[in-house]
Amino acid sequence: MENNWTQGLGQRKLIEKIFLSAVFASTALALVPLVLVLGYIFIKGAPALNFNFFTQLPAPVNEPGGGMGNAIIGTFIIVALSCLVGLPIGIFGGIWLALYGQGKRGFIIRYAADVLSSIPSIVIGIFAYVLIVATMKRFSAMAGGFALGIIMIPTITRTTEELVKMVPRSLYEAGLALGIPKWKVSLKIVLRTAWAGIFTGIMLSVARIMGETAPLLFTAFNSMYWNFRIDEPMASMTVQIYNYAISPFADWNAKAWAGSLVLVMLVLGTTVFVKKFSQRVYYG
Amino acid sequence: MRLSRFKRITGDDWFSAITFSFAASIPLLLFLLICLLIIKSSLGFKTFGFGFIVSSSWDPLNDVYGALPFIYGTIISSLIALAIAVPLGLGCAIFLAEVTQSKVKEQVATMIDMLAAIPSVVYGLWGIFVLSPFLGGPSLLVGGVILSIMILPTITAISREVFQAVPHSLRESALALGATKWETFKLAVFGPALSGLVGAIILGLGRALGETMAVTMVIGNRANISPSLFAPAYTLASVIANEFAEATSEVNLSVLVELGLILLVITVIVNGAARFFVWKTTGHKA
Amino acid sequence: MFKKISVLLLGLSLLAGLASAAVINGAGATFPYPIYMKWNTVFAEQTGIKINYQGIGSGGGIRQFSAGITDFGGSDAPMTDKEIAKAGGDILHIPTVMGAVAVVYNLPGVRNLNLDADTLADIFLGKITNWQGVNSSLPNMPIKVCYRSDGSGTTSIFTGYLAKVSLDWASKVGAGKAVAWPTGIGGKGNSGVAGSVKNIEGAIGYVELSYAITNNLAAANLKNKAGVYTTPSLASTSAAASGALSAKAMKKLIAAGDFRLDLNNAPGENSYPIVGLTWLLVHKNQKDSGKGANLVAYLKWALTDGQKYPADLLYAPLPKDIASKVLEQVETIKI
Repeated sequence: MENNWTQGLGQRKLIEKIFLSAVFASTALALVPLVLVLGYIFIKGAPALNFNFFTQLPAPVNEPGGGMGNAIIGTFIIVALSCLVGLPIGIFGGIWLALYGQGKRGFIIRYAADVLSSIPSIVIGIFAYVLIVATMKRFSAMAGGFALGIIMIPTITRTTEELVKMVPRSLYEAGLALGIPKWKVSLKIVLRTAWAGIFTGIMLSVARIMGETAPLLFTAFNSMYWNFRIDEPMASMTVQIYNYAISPFADWNAKAWAGSLVLVMLVLGTTVFVKKFSQRVYYG
Repeated sequence: MRLSRFKRITGDDWFSAITFSFAASIPLLLFLLICLLIIKSSLGFKTFGFGFIVSSSWDPLNDVYGALPFIYGTIISSLIALAIAVPLGLGCAIFLAEVTQSKVKEQVATMIDMLAAIPSVVYGLWGIFVLSPFLGGPSLLVGGVILSIMILPTITAISREVFQAVPHSLRESALALGATKWETFKLAVFGPALSGLVGAIILGLGRALGETMAVTMVIGNRANISPSLFAPAYTLASVIANEFAEATSEVNLSVLVELGLILLVITVIVNGAARFFVWKTTGHKA
Repeated sequence: MFKKISVLLLGLSLLAGLASAAVINGAGATFPYPIYMKWNTVFAEQTGIKINYQGIGSGGGIRQFSAGITDFGGSDAPMTDKEIAKAGGDILHIPTVMGAVAVVYNLPGVRNLNLDADTLADIFLGKITNWQGVNSSLPNMPIKVCYRSDGSGTTSIFTGYLAKVSLDWASKVGAGKAVAWPTGIGGKGNSGVAGSVKNIEGAIGYVELSYAITNNLAAANLKNKAGVYTTPSLASTSAAASGALSAKAMKKLIAAGDFRLDLNNAPGENSYPIVGLTWLLVHKNQKDSGKGANLVAYLKWALTDGQKYPADLLYAPLPKDIASKVLEQVETIKI
């Protein structure tokens, strides 16, 4: 920067212009795929959406009609099962970490949660297969729910811990000063205060696992019937979309787009809505 | 005074014990997962040993297996993804963090988050019918490009956080000295942010390594190592997704679990390194 | 509140589940998937018994069935005696339909393609890499081979044929549910290969005939044992079946109750050279008598009333005398 002040200024401003153009251009370029993907989903998926799509079972190959009704319900059931696994461990685990987790035990547990969150979902699927499918000797919705529940745990734990910690100490101590036992203060006062944020974390987690496919491929497997038994294979939107997408039948391909449209609306709707109404922005 | 106080178990004790048992189940589950994977893959390990990692044959007919083509496919597709997503992602992050006058900043941030929310299988569907034909058919390149779209939000979001963690005073000093936006960035922001940016990039890499569905649907699913980016390839996650439910023998199943174990080790190490770098800069975890 | 709702839903679904009859789960070959799906729908309508069949490839079908995870399996690659023994010995192969493996290709404007055995082998061996190398009148386009990435009975039938007619193929690659393909890209299931060929210009692959027809894929005419170029069709499949089954060795196997028959490269002028049987794998001794009874009812229906549906989907129904022999074997299943 030891050059002539006025002479260098033009050059420096030019470089700044190039810099800013590059920044704007890369931002615009990054948004192009979003437009393309969402655009195609709407254009190709909307025509195939009708009442039958939501209420009927898959039709045999090349026969018109049929739908993804069982897959849509299946997704909700499997997600409910994962919440049964993921929420208690995540919420109560997070509470413990916030209140008692300052020492070595807390460190180990947090570290384990971090490692768990790095594991690809398909490897979690292998875990569920070996633990549940192979021992029960059948594919089941339970195994799928278990796998997705484990995927939920790290996020819910971290969210709960951070939010419980954010509750002002004064609130906690006021409760104790009134003679309320520690555990009642934690559950009724602290948790209730932190609940809005925790609920946000839960909804984001649910939105994420709704879109998971790989772990379900060999746990919940798939089904062409209405199934409510959790110890049997169950259809899910993601696996069904996958099967329809790689098939050569145009009718099924159209249903894959339609299914994607429904799934994307569910997932995006939840994510965007939840993020707008929360104070913090969550990453991953 | 309750002299029996030491014998009574209070509600608080129950509370901390119960919540502890939930919390402790996390490392227990992790331990169980690793143990089961090791046990299930031991047959494959006993049969092929460490040579498994450098062998390139994949022949279910004769039960001869090697991991190298999948390691190759995984790494190269991830590198392609980084090559595309890092410049774009950093550019977006700079836009969101440093360009202060834009009114559409939050909308752009929301749109980038939307990219992250789209499920992998939907990207795969789009890949099969739009991206793959555009790029000349299923190949390593298509796999890399689709991965880049998927890891872009991660890189953008973390980099944005990293930039925002750089103290404003540094920027203000540069601006006070008459620096342009570029110079401010180069001198006051980039340096302090660098290790965090490295973390963001490595985190993106970690995500790319484990991505399964979208890649499986466009990469061609062929276990070979070819210098051409337009040749079909195979990744660790893809072969597990394709072949796990259909493994034809005990050895086959065992080597697939072994591949899962290799994938686990790689992603855990990569993610661990990433978190370290991000933590150094921002003071909190990614 | 969310937790309360999900627990309520779960409770309801458990109740509903307990009330509903168990579904019979099977998985395996994608070769017969279209006809099985049709059968399952019609059978469920007529009897209320639900058969859930997923196409995951013959390899997976055998594996899941042997591991006891599915109630029955589907495969176009029969299990060897060794495999049967390893899986407990208690397995029956019930043939259901016969189908042709069509060699499909994607060459715009070319509706008629004649391929003899050696050319076919050379293409899949990677020796011929451009369509012009096959025939100079064809467009100048690289050949993109598509094969099955999963353990497949269709692969077993196709490579079985190639190994029979090409010494080169037999020595370099061999036959089986999964082989080390010298070139090409992998697709999952018959669907995957059909989809690949449909979407990639210059592609060539092998799929069961109904996948070719329902997707408007052009199928090559193959030179059969008698030297005639035949198109895959219902007629040429049935001709191949009768040609193959007339052999003495075949008759011996059928008489002994072993239905693991190889119909490739059959004699006869009208025979299409790549034809295979597909089987349902069931246990001779059914552990669950309720499910077992339903499964046996399904098998009996498939071998009698069910045999009027395959032709529409271009599968050849079993010849009547074979069907009755198979029914005899079904009767021996202990519920």
